[in-house]
Amino acid sequence: MKRTGNEKEIMRKVLRYIRKHLLLVSLSILFAAFVVGLTLYLPILQGRAIDKIVDKGQVDLTGLISILAIICGTTLLTALLQWLQNIINNRITYRVVKTLRDDAFRKIQTLPLSYLDAHPAGDIVSRVIADADQFSDGLLMGFTQLFSGVLTILGTLVFMFSISWQVALLVVVLTPVSLFVAKYIAEHTYKHFRKQSEIRGQQTALIDEMIAGQKVVQAYSQQDAVQERFDAINQDLQKSSLKAVFFSSLTNPVTRFVNALVYAASGTLGAFLVIKGQISVGQLSSVLSYANQYSKPFNEISSVVTELQNAIACAGRLLDLIDLDSEKADPASPAVVESFTGKVDMNGVSFSYLPERPLIQDFNLHVKPGQKIAIVGPTGCGKTTLINLLMRFYDVNQGDILVEDTSIYDMGRDNLRSGFGMVLQDTWIKEASAKENISMGRPGATDQEIIAAAKAAHADEFIRRLPQGYDTILHDSSDLSQGQKQLLCIARVMLSLPPMLILDEATSSIDTRTELLIQQSFDSLTKGRTSFVVAHRLSTIRTADLILVMKDGNIIETGTHETLLQAGGFYSQLYNSQFAES
Amino acid sequence: MKRLAPYIKPYRKECVIAPLLKCMEALMDLFVPLVMADLVDIGIRGNNPSYIWRVSLILFALALAGLGFSVIAQWFAAKAATGFASGLRRDTFRHIQSLSFQSADKLGTDTLITRLTADINQTQNGINMGLRLLLRSPFIVFGAMIMAFRVDVPSAWIFAVTIPVLAIIVYGIMWITIPLYKKVQQELDQVVKGTRENLTGVRVIRAFRLQEKEKMSFEERTELLSLAAEKVGRFSALTNPLTYVIINLATAYLLYVGAVRVEIGSLTQGQVIALLNYMAQILVELVKLANLIVTLTKAAASAGRVESVLLTETDMKDGARPFPDDSAICFDNVSFTYQGALEPSIKNLSFKAMPGETIGIIGGTGSGKTSLVNLIPRYYDATEGTITIGGEDIRSLKLSDVRSKIATVLQKSLLFRGTIRDNMHYGDQNASDEAIWKALEDAQAADFVREKPEGLSEPVEQGGRNLSGGQRQRLCIARALVRKPEILILDDSTSALDFATDARLRHAIKDLPYKPTTFIVSQRVSSIMYADRILVLDDGRLAGAGTHEELLSSCRIYQEIYDSQVKKGAGRS
Repeated sequence: MKRTGNEKEIMRKVLRYIRKHLLLVSLSILFAAFVVGLTLYLPILQGRAIDKIVDKGQVDLTGLISILAIICGTTLLTALLQWLQNIINNRITYRVVKTLRDDAFRKIQTLPLSYLDAHPAGDIVSRVIADADQFSDGLLMGFTQLFSGVLTILGTLVFMFSISWQVALLVVVLTPVSLFVAKYIAEHTYKHFRKQSEIRGQQTALIDEMIAGQKVVQAYSQQDAVQERFDAINQDLQKSSLKAVFFSSLTNPVTRFVNALVYAASGTLGAFLVIKGQISVGQLSSVLSYANQYSKPFNEISSVVTELQNAIACAGRLLDLIDLDSEKADPASPAVVESFTGKVDMNGVSFSYLPERPLIQDFNLHVKPGQKIAIVGPTGCGKTTLINLLMRFYDVNQGDILVEDTSIYDMGRDNLRSGFGMVLQDTWIKEASAKENISMGRPGATDQEIIAAAKAAHADEFIRRLPQGYDTILHDSSDLSQGQKQLLCIARVMLSLPPMLILDEATSSIDTRTELLIQQSFDSLTKGRTSFVVAHRLSTIRTADLILVMKDGNIIETGTHETLLQAGGFYSQLYNSQFAES
Repeated sequence: MKRLAPYIKPYRKECVIAPLLKCMEALMDLFVPLVMADLVDIGIRGNNPSYIWRVSLILFALALAGLGFSVIAQWFAAKAATGFASGLRRDTFRHIQSLSFQSADKLGTDTLITRLTADINQTQNGINMGLRLLLRSPFIVFGAMIMAFRVDVPSAWIFAVTIPVLAIIVYGIMWITIPLYKKVQQELDQVVKGTRENLTGVRVIRAFRLQEKEKMSFEERTELLSLAAEKVGRFSALTNPLTYVIINLATAYLLYVGAVRVEIGSLTQGQVIALLNYMAQILVELVKLANLIVTLTKAAASAGRVESVLLTETDMKDGARPFPDDSAICFDNVSFTYQGALEPSIKNLSFKAMPGETIGIIGGTGSGKTSLVNLIPRYYDATEGTITIGGEDIRSLKLSDVRSKIATVLQKSLLFRGTIRDNMHYGDQNASDEAIWKALEDAQAADFVREKPEGLSEPVEQGGRNLSGGQRQRLCIARALVRKPEILILDDSTSALDFATDARLRHAIKDLPYKPTTFIVSQRVSSIMYADRILVLDDGRLAGAGTHEELLSSCRIYQEIYDSQVKKGAGRS
């Protein structure tokens, strides 16, 4: 996976997401400005109040009370604005994260299958979930504190200089030390966070794989071996986490130390200024609380920065996903095939998953409407590859595939796929009701139509026996047998009645009695429809118009059952071995 | 949280030292207002420059000591937190691995993964922050109050009022937000499901052109998540403004009381400033405490979820007896119902398999074939009746023994990332390459493995995606044979093989020198017709048992199956 370069670039992309909430961002900035202004005004008021309390018998109570009234008023206003600002920031953050997740999800929908087939699902899930979460935590903190931090610094400068330029100057000169320290630590922390994030990704991938394959792990009592691998990664993670956590937690004490120095220096200088009579004690108190507040935003900013470092590292991983190349876009003005008769031609098609291992070479196939094409051959000979090409899950390297005399590369993918119905070897059940699972290919189908399709696929019987019948929520790990899942997948196709069919070992886990019934339904379904069937059952193949016998990615024989048997080649060998048991 | 306590125990030292040092650091902070009060009252009012210099030195020393304490504390806190998380992750993973199929099914893959990753991270963060601030913040709050009382008792009473009010606000908000955070987590789980589902079902989704619909349903889920998060945010965003109001009103009151006290000469100006500073310190700490509480709330919720995984006891009790020499298997009136299922999958089943026999199992979809063979290695326990091996109830046998003598090839052929050799080592970790090749030969997998550029070292991707279904199945069989099991179970695991390969495979298994008792579950008559005994299942019941010939003449269902495949399918010349 390519890396989105540096932090700046990631930040720029993140800002692009934030820009969509310009109105809220402006409001937030406005409120932040007011909050900061009012908060900063408070020490002045308190300083004035202190100057009303000089010594025994030198207290101006009436003057004090009017100042206290103003203090109470500003406090209430500040709190209100602060609350509103927080709510706005929450909204911006959660919206941005939502958009990021939605974009990532949208990207998943358009990623080439070659990418998805080659990358562990766990890693992608960890980006969309964990990284997005970490990012939102960081963004929230960053948002709330970054603006206010910067504004506080500026505001404090103004107020401080208005009281005593000497102390103000001292503070300004010393503060870069704090900045420098914060920056130094942040830089060193980022590296550790990125490392931690990477090891975490590895661990999540392992967890994902092993928990999904737990039954096998247990069946072979490999828990200890797996645990060993887990422990190794886990220890690496512990080490890198310790560094990331420790170094990032240094920011706080170190900057606080610098701030304490600034405070001590300003206190000393201020005290001499009071003795000289240049400022009052109240003003010293104000200026000292500014010296405190002046360093606080740096403190906050530096902790925000470390949090943002982490958030940016996570955003980087998420954006890497979003910025991946999508599969080749559909043509701008696609050729539209309105109705499919089922004519398919493959001209000189070459294809391989890996350039160094050629698979299909210069392959030609001409299918007339309504023909049934059976693909047979020893396992692993590249039969499913044809399906990947026909459905445009993968694109050919050379040659062309035509449907209705139109190149499938000139058509929109959806247009092409609307012509095909597909039942794959790996059944997939969506977490939804049985009804929704069947009506997937034709949303809006009536209940009667759904039930009719289920009946045709012989799925009706077991669906009815589910706890809530057709409304039972199913999921991939639910108690359905592999065969039942396949029946359900067949029902999907039964309902959508596409003009062309792709059946990939559709019946491999269904008992032959049921299969026989399905076969009858399929026969009526495939009548007048072009169908591509990858199957090992000779009974399925016998009725095919054309049999492609594949070996090592190549079509080595073509013909009908009879002609192929007569030819006495590879096919007849395969066929005769069916009951070759002695 | 009892179940999690042992993981923090090894770091007891760190857990004591870190907060103590943080308190030492806090103590340094608490001295500052007193020093500053003297600066005003003695240094300034007394016009004493040398005193002012002394004060600045003291301030410097306090800051340096604070830094030292804090850095060491952070190290111990980080060490304890990451060590805790690491140990917890290790054992949670181990625990998950030890769960029975039934228990793991119940919890679900997605949940388990989130618990192991996000939840444990959150817990680690909570411990780290907790060690650093949980003691320190209250220490400063109460320390500031005590210091205030030492300065002037009548003025300090406002501290005693302010602190409980603040505590009520902070805890009240916490009380409101905890259940809301749970809701957020639930919504997040939905988003996880949506993502994962779309990754595993990508082909079907694209084939049915469901991308738009899926996007919409995902966006609905993220919308719900966002709304839930914003709702919590509205409450938790109250903490800071409310505490700010309370503190400043208290400060105003303090100024008023202070003024009255100064007027009568019971208090100095410097002391009033010190009191104000203590009030300010309380505010700073309360803001931290509020943030800490959010972190800890999240962490506690996460810790609770991790704990619930650890508390999920596997519903399978281990036995103590060794695996018997005689491996005859006997089912006696066995019934089995999946947890939560309405009907039993296996009903009153009895049969016997002698050592070295081949047992074929055939029957319709959902007739209980897989359920039956899953009972033999104790993937699930029978709900009624007993299963014995060599006359001993399998529940009395040591589970690891049972599993190591039995090799199952599951219906879903699943391989792991690594090399082909790595995958074979799942069967037997000490298997030599020679032994692996032998198993591959028997499993009819040797030819294609030999053709791979790197042979046994050929990489396998997650789930074996870079191999075809048939190759995966044969590798899974080879993995089982590597182990040289006493009992071999093939659960419909040759469905993707062509007939010739399937036949050669059956031959090879028959000729295995160690003569395993073999169970073959299949849909194909051809795969099981030469078995010593065939069990015909129908809706969980035994509809017939015997040899091919016996069943052909006596079992109606078997005849039907045979006819559907052989008569129509073969029509051999």
